[in-house]
Amino acid sequence: MPSKNVKLMQGNEACVEGALAAGMKFFAGYPITPSTEIAEISAQRLPRVGGKFIQMEDEIAGMAATIGGSLAGLKSMTATSGPGFSLKQENIGYAMLTEIPCVIVDVQRGGPSTGLPTAPSQSDVMQAKWGTHGDHPVIALTPSSIRETYDLTIQAFNFAEKYRTPVFLMLDEIIGHMREKIEIPDPSEIEIFDRVTPDESEKESYKAYDNNLEVPKMAAFGEGFRFHVTGLMHDEFGFPKNDTTVTEVLMSRIMGKIENNLDDIILYDEYYTEDMDLLILSYGGTVRSVLSAAREAQRAGKKVGVFKVKTLWPFPEKRITELSKTVNKILVAEMNLGQYFYEVDRVAGKNCEVSLLGKANGEPITPTEVRNKIEEVL
Amino acid sequence: MANRTEIRLTGSGGQGLILAGIILAEAALLDDLNAIQSQSYGPEARGGASKAEVIISDEEIFYPKIQNSDVLLCLTRESYCKYIPDLKDDGILIIDSDVDFDNIETSYKIIQIPVIETATHEVGKSMVANIVALGVIQQATTVVTKESLEQAVLKRVPPGTQELNRLALQEGYKLVSNHT
Repeated sequence: MPSKNVKLMQGNEACVEGALAAGMKFFAGYPITPSTEIAEISAQRLPRVGGKFIQMEDEIAGMAATIGGSLAGLKSMTATSGPGFSLKQENIGYAMLTEIPCVIVDVQRGGPSTGLPTAPSQSDVMQAKWGTHGDHPVIALTPSSIRETYDLTIQAFNFAEKYRTPVFLMLDEIIGHMREKIEIPDPSEIEIFDRVTPDESEKESYKAYDNNLEVPKMAAFGEGFRFHVTGLMHDEFGFPKNDTTVTEVLMSRIMGKIENNLDDIILYDEYYTEDMDLLILSYGGTVRSVLSAAREAQRAGKKVGVFKVKTLWPFPEKRITELSKTVNKILVAEMNLGQYFYEVDRVAGKNCEVSLLGKANGEPITPTEVRNKIEEVL
Repeated sequence: MANRTEIRLTGSGGQGLILAGIILAEAALLDDLNAIQSQSYGPEARGGASKAEVIISDEEIFYPKIQNSDVLLCLTRESYCKYIPDLKDDGILIIDSDVDFDNIETSYKIIQIPVIETATHEVGKSMVANIVALGVIQQATTVVTKESLEQAVLKRVPPGTQELNRLALQEGYKLVSNHT
């Protein structure tokens, strides 16, 4: 084998390795296929780096403990699949309003309900956006390879710490369970972001929810800084306030910290998009079939471009709008029945024709199906 | 065109086929090729149909699943019935001697050999049938080198079983060399 750090690694394993590289020190969760390896490997690895792993009694407790770990100052993660993601939603909303940095991994399987435990899907895309009630800030990333799983797990921790918010890492069973070659980067090449914490000198004046800052500084519980944490609307010290002005300021800050930083948060890759007759937008495990079909189409002289979404939410609205003005047709390929398609159609539909290649029977979309659709659309 | 081989290992849960798939993919990496291993399985831990897939290529591999296999290993009748329609016309079927295959005219090559019996009697442990199968696949396809395969096997098997597994590989090679 070459001298570089090259390995055959599974997606779920790459997620744990990325999390450890990002500085994860706490994992709490409840095992569920197809995410179980993330808990299993975290249980093996965390104690060796001075971290803690805890298996909780159920999904919502797993989410609660993850929040607790982060409040105590540790970079924390949990992992689940669609059914567990549903069960965690109440505490996910709590983490969003209380601005708790953490990473929530959802390795998507066929749903609804317990659905197809061992089969892939991408049907939690809208659950990531609207699973918990109320208007709330959402960052959701989705990788399409093992190396990207490693990189985006680090990115998820960095966004969580930088913006003091939960971040979703949306894998699917294809990426979670496949094994592929990965070259692990040297730690010196990895950029790590740690939450901003207050100085000792700020102890008396500390505001856990200082509205003069886009992202308030975060003290760890137990370090002597006084603050309160509640799922009710709260003032700058965290105490409940049933007040419209306080709510207005708080809501506009927690939404603004994401909306004012879209260029930092929105990640995507483009292939062959300079000159095209058709643009295919896809993500996660499905984009691999799209890239396979597009490579073949390009070799046959067809102008097929690919837009690979890495940040599902916030929605890459600006770039998709621009591209929709340069092409006549956009095809959205996803393992669900149109969850992202409707969003693409909302912004691109006025500029070009948008169609869907959707599938929700537990089988991946194959390159042959993409090829047939290209022939049908072009 | 890229040099791409798609190998499907099928049987029932507990036969170690997923581990065999991982080892084969790791051997390909040692040969400086690209490889992807994936699997599908039912909710059961043992029994039930089990399938491991390995794609080996000198080009970047996008789609990680097999559409049509070049090599199909079948250790049970159930898996043979399920996956034989997806074997390429010029592919290779490697089938255990205890499994009946349909007596029809085929264009693919058939290698019927006693994988499980060899593991049980020649090597002495039925558990190593998966490693015997890897030896068979190597000898029949040369998709990976013997050096890399042996290195990959020894890296993955439990300490103290290296000799047993090395013997299992040798018996696998022999099964194909002696097959006419």
